[in-house]
Amino acid sequence: MCGIVGLFLKDRALEPQLGALLTDMLVTMTDRGPDSAGIAIYSGAADGLGKITLQSPQPGEDFRDLDADLHAALGQPVALRVKDTHAVIELPQDQIEAARSALAHLRPRAKVMSVGDSIEIFKEVGLPREVAARFDLARMGGTHGVGHTRMATESAVTTLGAHPFSTGPDQCLVHNGSLSNHNNVRRELIRAGMRFETENDTEVAAAFLTHRLQQGASLGEALEATLSELDGFFTFVVGTRDGFGVVRDPIACKPAVMAETEAYVAFGSEYRALAGLPGIEAARVWEPEPATVYFWER
Amino acid sequence: MQSYDLAEGSLRALNQALHDLKGLTNMTDWEVLNPRGAHAIAAGLDAPVTVHVRGSTGYYCAGMNKQATVHIHGSAGPGVAENMMSGTVIVEGDASQYAGATGRGGLLVIKGNASSRCGISMKGIDIVVHGNIGHMSAFMAQSGNLVVLGDAGEALGDSLYEARIFVRGSVKSLGADCIEKEMRPEHLALLEELLRRGLADHKARPEEFRRYGSARRLYNFSIDNASSY
Repeated sequence: MCGIVGLFLKDRALEPQLGALLTDMLVTMTDRGPDSAGIAIYSGAADGLGKITLQSPQPGEDFRDLDADLHAALGQPVALRVKDTHAVIELPQDQIEAARSALAHLRPRAKVMSVGDSIEIFKEVGLPREVAARFDLARMGGTHGVGHTRMATESAVTTLGAHPFSTGPDQCLVHNGSLSNHNNVRRELIRAGMRFETENDTEVAAAFLTHRLQQGASLGEALEATLSELDGFFTFVVGTRDGFGVVRDPIACKPAVMAETEAYVAFGSEYRALAGLPGIEAARVWEPEPATVYFWER
Repeated sequence: MQSYDLAEGSLRALNQALHDLKGLTNMTDWEVLNPRGAHAIAAGLDAPVTVHVRGSTGYYCAGMNKQATVHIHGSAGPGVAENMMSGTVIVEGDASQYAGATGRGGLLVIKGNASSRCGISMKGIDIVVHGNIGHMSAFMAQSGNLVVLGDAGEALGDSLYEARIFVRGSVKSLGADCIEKEMRPEHLALLEELLRRGLADHKARPEEFRRYGSARRLYNFSIDNASSY
């Protein structure tokens, strides 16, 4: 199973409500995935600033004085926002790589969930309602976001095995399904220089897209390539800094429904996830076609 | 009319009330408000009643239906009217995957489009789709009729047994052992009746359709294959 939700706002007036809308959508998908939940939210950053989202199994220890330690390492001040087991570091964009290197020494236990201009990722083991509350997701604003409720099949129920996966700047991917050739694709991607944090099949799909994008493919082309290169069941929803995409495998067993109005484009594994959105009664609601790439950009 | 609001009462209580109608005849007209994509609405009915669902439904609406008429005034999620035995299910909007799957009798009318695997393994149900159907529809369909006013997706009627398929538009591809067959007068008469019952006789004429069925090469025992068994 697993549940996916996604919301891409066209009407800027809705941006302050993004987290609240996505949280409601996520919670309706609890019985598709009660193991763990996660959300990637694109909330922007001030000009010239970027963000790193970190996760730690021992946040009290790892996040204490982290801003001061990074300031010392980089020679520049950074802002630190701690949310439960995650922390968001805001810093000048040109310091992101230096900060990642420094973090590997300063806080070896902490994992980087995402980096980019706009993206923040929060994910944990537990019921979606509890996960959303721990990170106070309902109070977050932003332009677009994707969420996932997980019923694990291919790897263990852990924080790092939860979705979304982010393998490139401002990129994220969530998945309903299971891939059967992920070990092979992972080996090929490792040879091509990609790094992996888990044994999870979905991380391979995310890294596959990142690798294609690095090679110069457009997001549409990279999504198209999943249809020939990835074997298995999948409905993918991906996010980039400015966009939101959907692709389903040619057999399309994994459910998907979309809705579009003047104000938004929304994705749900089931219509239930969309039923609470404003103006849904008048929305265009449809099932995305198999083996067809859909993409929206602002 | 009995009106039940799913925003106030539970789905379980609704379905229990509908199941309790067996044998009763004085509450034959029902309305369900605020379905909001809930699963298994009005599944397992066995009484000659009519249930109007005012909105879109989730998985398995009107599954296993006997006798009842379930009218969905919205779109239906996966498995609408799955394993229907008798009665009528009408979907005003679109239907998701495997609509009418394994249905043994009754009539399913979809006024919009149906997605993949419509009528998979159907065993006697009649399905009339006013729009298009997706891939792998009527896979291993055994008996009954599938009528499509629009187009059919890939692999129509793969591994078909004795169900009849009528398509007015294009067929992207036929599945293994599914072939086009001659439309004889008895088929035109049958189709006329199906279009009338399927509320589509004002939209299409029987002469506009092509008939597809089993070539009977896949499921029949062939003496040439005896050594394989």
